[in-house]
Amino acid sequence: MAKATRAAFGETLVELVEEGLDVMAVDADLAGSTTTAKLAAAHPDRMVDVGIAEQNMIGVAAGLALTGRTVFTGSFAVFGAGRCWEQIRNTVCVSNLNVKVCPTHAGITVGADGETHQALEDIALMRTLPHMRVLVPADYESAKAAIRLAAKVPGPFYIRLGREGLPEVYGDGLTLEGPEFARVLREGTDVTLAACGVEVAQALAAADILAADGICAEVIDVMSVKPLAEDVIVPSAEKTGLVVTVEEHSIYGGMGSAVAELLGEKLPVRVSRMGMTTFGQSAAASELLAHYGLDAAGIAKHVHEVYGK
Amino acid sequence: MTTESLRSACARTDDEIALIANHMRHDIITMLEASGTGHPGGSLSAADILATLYFSGVMGYDPADPENPERDRFVLSKGHIAPGFYAVLAQVGYLTKDELLTLRKLGSRLQGHPDSNMCPGVEVCTGSLGQGLSVSAGIALGFQLDAKATGAAPRRVFALTGDGELQEGQNWEALMFAGNHGLNNLVAVVDNNNLQIDGHVSDINDIQPLADKFKAFKWHVIETDGHSVPDIRAALEEAVAHEEGPVAIIAKTIKGKGVSFMEDQCKWHGNAPDAEQAAAALKEIDAVGERLAAAVKEA
Repeated sequence: MAKATRAAFGETLVELVEEGLDVMAVDADLAGSTTTAKLAAAHPDRMVDVGIAEQNMIGVAAGLALTGRTVFTGSFAVFGAGRCWEQIRNTVCVSNLNVKVCPTHAGITVGADGETHQALEDIALMRTLPHMRVLVPADYESAKAAIRLAAKVPGPFYIRLGREGLPEVYGDGLTLEGPEFARVLREGTDVTLAACGVEVAQALAAADILAADGICAEVIDVMSVKPLAEDVIVPSAEKTGLVVTVEEHSIYGGMGSAVAELLGEKLPVRVSRMGMTTFGQSAAASELLAHYGLDAAGIAKHVHEVYGK
Repeated sequence: MTTESLRSACARTDDEIALIANHMRHDIITMLEASGTGHPGGSLSAADILATLYFSGVMGYDPADPENPERDRFVLSKGHIAPGFYAVLAQVGYLTKDELLTLRKLGSRLQGHPDSNMCPGVEVCTGSLGQGLSVSAGIALGFQLDAKATGAAPRRVFALTGDGELQEGQNWEALMFAGNHGLNNLVAVVDNNNLQIDGHVSDINDIQPLADKFKAFKWHVIETDGHSVPDIRAALEEAVAHEEGPVAIIAKTIKGKGVSFMEDQCKWHGNAPDAEQAAAALKEIDAVGERLAAAVKEA
């Protein structure tokens, strides 16, 4: 396994500071886990730890942004997006401030900490907010690209980062020109697998399984859930006529919902959403992916069930 | 202009400030009658605080340029008293009397709660209670970092909160943070009118002893009469001279102050006066205004 997406957080912030950008981070007692501790170690004045106080974390970030800084917030997604959602809505988004909400430990791949720590609703919570852009990177390199983009483009961003090491998807690196990003990673004709985050690597592996079974799957990394890259998603759906969305998030309101809404309006084709419908539980990340059918085998099995029906 | 010269350029005498507060009360009633909706009680209780904050010379701003980068900052945490805020912004010159009458109307810059995207002089959108102190602490910290880089004194941040608002837990996260960081460029004024929507704060969920609470969070506390301009000015001057950390000014006020039938009445928290009530209110306010104007003229 390569690095986790969270590993990109502190490292990229250090790079941005050293490149001369006026960036800061505010975290809430999880700096070691989110990796903002790396920024604190390299540039102590650029990181503030408010302690276990996520609402204040967002408010302090908003205040720092009002003094001209580009401010990234940390914590875990359940707390850093969920507990302080109303602060993100009313202070950051209503005022359209330059705050980048980048919590880590999203989804079931948090693993053994269990259901209270596995955010499965954060994409839904964030994508309903005006001004907010929502990015779900699939690997370390795309997480770096997402953080760099957020530092460059003014206004609120949500970047969903994860705990677990992930296979490389963009081993040669990635540069984002704008927040609207999706990429066809594998071309196919029978079904479109639209995935984000940890599920991109699983979808690519599922495509290998399906190819052996005679089903030619196209795989798209839908990194930006908002705005959606319509020019990538719609033509793929038109080509295959069947879209399966995969995410480690609730199927209600997440990336799959966003893709289904888009296709419902632009090009009605069958969309089948894979994701969570319950809270998670404690186990190793890989066990949980298999248990909830969100690993490569589970995705391939699901495609067999819906393909041709 | 430097921040210090912006501050002194805004300074008026106590009598002049009292007259400004009276004009604000007049405008609060006029705009609420015109809109038919809004919050008179807290706007009236904070009028003397706002007038003194803007015209005593402790806070620097540029009447010709609300975005002047040298300005100090004001955050209205109790965003529902937008009519009081707009009234003082009109006194500054950012808003006209005509525009005040657009309060809460479709397309107006004067939203029901202050909107920094539209309204000059508003730094951040507020209205959801309990969030302003965190934002103010963040601005104050940013100014401290700026000052560390330039060697100049940090610019100041003033926040106005309600007392009922202090029931929100986020305030205490912010107070702990500001106290521990020794943010000596941060001043929070509490409009302590002891009323919230459902009744007296002391009956609903008492926040007293408030001074002890602030002190426990490492804040310096000044208690003052929130309707006495000289007392508020003295409190503000003491607050900005205090170097050890953040300062809370607990300003004892009467909700609805200046309109006898609105004073200390819950029902005037969020209800606008009708034409008859507004006329009665303006009669009281303008009678006081005549006396205050005479005092200014004499001096």
